[in-house]
Amino acid sequence: MVEITSHTVESIRELLSTIKDPEVPAISIVELGIVRDVQLWENVVTIIITPTYSGCPAMKMIEDEIRSVLTKNGFSMIAIKTIFSPAWTTDWISEPAKLKLKNYGIAPPQSIVQSPLLQIEILKIVCPNCNSNDTKLKSEFGSTSCKSFYYCHSCSQPFEYFKPF
Amino acid sequence: MNEKTFEYLLRLADDRLILGHRLSELCAHAPILEEDIALANIGLDCIGQAKFLYEVAAELEGKNRTPDDIVYFREAIAYKNLLLVEQPNGDFAQTIVRQFLYDSFGILLFDKLQNSSFVPLAGIAQKAVKEIRYHYRHSSQWLLRLGDGTEESHQRTQEALNNLWKFTDEIFLSDETENLLTEEGIAVRSSSLKEEWLKIVTELITKATLSIPESGVKVYKGGREGKHSEHLGHLLAEMQIVARSYPEIQW
Repeated sequence: MVEITSHTVESIRELLSTIKDPEVPAISIVELGIVRDVQLWENVVTIIITPTYSGCPAMKMIEDEIRSVLTKNGFSMIAIKTIFSPAWTTDWISEPAKLKLKNYGIAPPQSIVQSPLLQIEILKIVCPNCNSNDTKLKSEFGSTSCKSFYYCHSCSQPFEYFKPF
Repeated sequence: MNEKTFEYLLRLADDRLILGHRLSELCAHAPILEEDIALANIGLDCIGQAKFLYEVAAELEGKNRTPDDIVYFREAIAYKNLLLVEQPNGDFAQTIVRQFLYDSFGILLFDKLQNSSFVPLAGIAQKAVKEIRYHYRHSSQWLLRLGDGTEESHQRTQEALNNLWKFTDEIFLSDETENLLTEEGIAVRSSSLKEEWLKIVTELITKATLSIPESGVKVYKGGREGKHSEHLGHLLAEMQIVARSYPEIQW
């Protein structure tokens, strides 16, 4: 059991950095940008998180993971608070994390481009496997809420694209 | 005011939940695999948005209810969703037309709600509008393909439009609750969205070579007061049976 007093907000952040997104295990929940704040008051730790997609079933699992990691590290007073505003955006995923996504085989999200309400710009997505531009959107909706489904004509492989959001 | 805000959040949440549940009924039944995944994804977004709205509503209410309590242990009369969203899936054309008629409204509504003075609602709306933009693109693209597709797809889509159009009046009826909350900066008066909505759907429906049905004499309404079509009861029976049979059960 670790002495609670030895923890700082920074060291708690490091602990949280070991928790991977269950559906995209290439990056941590901190890199994903859903940990909004860590507060430490005496022996009470409060983690403020914000959900990614509304329909993301991983959120509950992430909360359980946070609780379990903190418990293992000596905390017994753990509060997890969800905030809705400001709303999460893929722009909060750090650049190194985007590279990790690509290396994992998921095309990282491009920066948000402001477009009229009724239109969404469909951009050319680079294949994460062979870097070709010769790709085609197959379906806007993929294996999880955050990804759409593409096909690369150059390497003849399907791949997923993390939707800008 | 809290009571009225609770009521308003419930309406928004019920719309999303019931539409999402309808889509969930199609999981493993959609015409092709990609569409199955798409509809399940959209349904999940709707139910997720509903969950957030119920959470905020429950906190406001202060009776320690969870979203599950609100969803599983309410009778049809306590549900405040629009009649449109509870209509059965029917054939694929009906599912798509229902989705299109709602998405084109939802996108305008949640866009405006991003500026709500009630901060949690504004945050949920910021997320929801991004999701509904994807939903709208999906349903509007399908509407074009079905309407301007084969003779049969055209005919079925027109029939779906004829069947569902009568439920669209209700979307834009504003009542005292909505008016009061709009003045407070919390809500958006849905009647103020009708003109823009009509412009969007007219353009798309025309482009899809379909025609807008003539408005009937009877106004189909009552959802906001808990007066529903027979379909909602059947939907709720199926949705609530497990939770009601085993009230303390944990997944």
